[in-house]
Parts: sequence; structure tokens; C-alpha cells
Amino acid sequence: MAAVRIPPTLRAEVGGARELQADGDTVAEVIDDLVDRYPPLGAQLLQDGELAPFVNVYVGGEDVRMRDGLDTEVRSGDHLILLPAMAGGS
Amino acid sequence: MEARTLPASLLDLVGSTPLVELPRLSPKPSVRLYAKLEGQNPSGSIKDRVAKAMLEAAESSAELEPGRRLLEPTSGNTGIALALAAKLHGYQLTCVVPANVTAERRRLLELYGAKIVDSPGEEGSNGAVRLALELAAADSTYFVPFQYANEANPRAHYDGTGAEIAAALDRVDVLVAGLGTGGTLMGAGERLREAFPDVVIAAAEPLPGDEVMGLRSLEDGYVPPILDVSKLDRKLLVTNAEAVAGLRLLLEREGVLGGVSSGAVIHAALRLAGELDEGVVVCVLADGGWKYLSADFWDAADVERSMERSVWW
Repeated sequence: MAAVRIPPTLRAEVGGARELQADGDTVAEVIDDLVDRYPPLGAQLLQDGELAPFVNVYVGGEDVRMRDGLDTEVRSGDHLILLPAMAGGS
Repeated sequence: MEARTLPASLLDLVGSTPLVELPRLSPKPSVRLYAKLEGQNPSGSIKDRVAKAMLEAAESSAELEPGRRLLEPTSGNTGIALALAAKLHGYQLTCVVPANVTAERRRLLELYGAKIVDSPGEEGSNGAVRLALELAAADSTYFVPFQYANEANPRAHYDGTGAEIAAALDRVDVLVAGLGTGGTLMGAGERLREAFPDVVIAAAEPLPGDEVMGLRSLEDGYVPPILDVSKLDRKLLVTNAEAVAGLRLLLEREGVLGGVSSGAVIHAALRLAGELDEGVVVCVLADGGWKYLSADFWDAADVERSMERSVWW
């Protein structure tokens, strides 16, 4: 079981929750578990079976695109963070 | 006697910043930690490199000519750097700034001669980008250097920041810089990868507070065109509280007063240094702490909460 932080832009899809518990040994499985329960999340998070371009997913504070993408391992007690891509840079 | 050549412009002093070792911060003697002190650029940040390069490139391509005005979305350092460069090149600058930037930044922009247009603070940098592009579309006298898509931005770091680090050190195992436009990481990263093929290019990325993520949908998200995340090896999220803890540690141990992104870079660098048995880690510290003195986080009981309404880098 992992804790998944939901950004404000996606809270409407999950009944307003700021954080959800989800099951899975990989990022893909955790997302599948969330989408099973909240189907509208699917179209937001995934595109052609990959992470949508404006979605960043972090496990243990590290962007999974720099690890193994959707195959990145998730261990029990891990924290996942979903974030929209934003412009930075002052 | 040979005549000494002294700089004729402050812009001639951009770059060639000091690289200093941080032995009191390193987790073990076999890992050497270095900091590139970009706050020592003429207007106080790494953005002097970018501003200078963007104006020179636009003038040499004749996109920027007398009579045109400069417009840029910026929450501070790029604006201050562009204001200095614009003044010395003879242009007027307007900055589109999220309404909630620190008072020092606003005052600095005004003192350097920039005009300010506010964008909604809760929309962060995305809001400033959108408003600037709207203003430019409506008035053709504006020239927008647009650091997010301007190739002169990473090139300034390839030719400058990265080349200077490569010349100063015989070995670099990890480069850590803050992720904003991606200019430093792309440009300096490419240059260092040429010199040290196994170098790890690591980004320290801000975890924004909920209130600055006021995007209506994920489709409002933005990835700067110059940023190719596939060229990053690590991308670490750093909370505002972790960044402040990093900047306090940097000040306490080494006497370096860095800005918030410097604290985040130090936090990420210590995590990465801890994974190494031995090696060389270089931190790019984008600015000093001076422009953050009015911020509430120094004394706040809840640092995270005191910072959640602003974008800090």
C-alpha cells in the first residue's frame, strides 16, 4: 500500500481527496488501482499507455521518468506524488 | 609598459564566477563538494549569463533593433539581469511578474529601470508566461527574448557555466542545478558530458504549494521548449522547507548565503553525495540570499506553510 498525493487540478476527479492509498508493486499498478476506483483519472494521467506529457510522477521524491517510468518499483509505505508540469525559472 | 585592459561595461564581468570547495558540508572526505557561486555575477544571479547572451544573439540576428522594446515573463532574477543588460544596450524593458514576488525583487526591477506588469500570483510562472505572450501578440514593438524557448539560454551555460567548471576540475561525477527553464542543466550538462562522459546530470525541482498550482487542468501545464528531460539523469523534488534547511546549513557550515534554489541544490547534492563512495559533486548556486531577506520563512514556525503561496525558483 502506497500513499499518493493528488494535486489540486485532479482532486475533482477523486472526490476532493488530497491523498489516497493505493495498491501496486509498480507505478503502473498503482495508477491502475486508482483508475479502477476513479475512472476519469485515466484520461488525465495516461496517453497511449504512457504517462501523459504534462504529468510528472515521483516515487520517494524522484521523477519516475528518470528511473524506470511506469515500471518503477513501488514498495509498501512509499509516497507517490502526482504533479502537473509547470513553468519554473525566475 | 603594456597597457592594462579594463572592462568598459559591467556586462564584460558576467561569468567566470568563483568555484569553491565545501569541505564542511561534504558527508565524507572522499566525496568532494564544490559550489559555483553564480550570485557573484553583476546583477547578483546566474541570469546575467542568459540575459547577456539573449540580447547579443537577438542583435546579431537583427531581431532586436533600436526602437523596439523588451518584454519578458519573469519572477525576478531574469528580469533584474535583463534590466541591466537592456539599460547598457539602450532598450526599455517591461517585466511580467507574478504579483506575489518578494518586495526586494520588485524594488530591484524598478531601480534598474524596468516597468512591471503584474500577473495573477496564484498562477505562478505559467500565468506570467501566458500574459506576456498575450501582450506581445497585441503590440509588435515588443521583442520577447523568452528564456524558456531561447537557445541562447542553454548556449550561455554551454559556453560559460559548463566550460568554466570543466576547465577548473579534472573530474566531475555529479552536476546539481535547480530546474527552472532548464537552461543551466541542458547547457552546462551537455558541456560537462563532453568532458566527463559518465557525469550524472541532476535537477533539483521545487515542490510547489497547492496554491501556486492553480491550473485549471493538466492541459495548462508547461514544459519549456529548451528543456529535454531525457537529458537529465536524476530529477529530485525538494520541498520549500528542505530548501530552507539546505540554505541554513550552507550558511552555518560554509558561510555562503545562498538563495532558496541554492538551498534546494545543496539538499539534493547531499542526498546524491551520500550515494557515492567517492567522487566530485558540483553544485550550481544560482543566486545569493539577499533578495529573500523580507520573506517570512526565516522566522516562521511552519516554514512550509509560510512559503506555499509563492514560487521560489
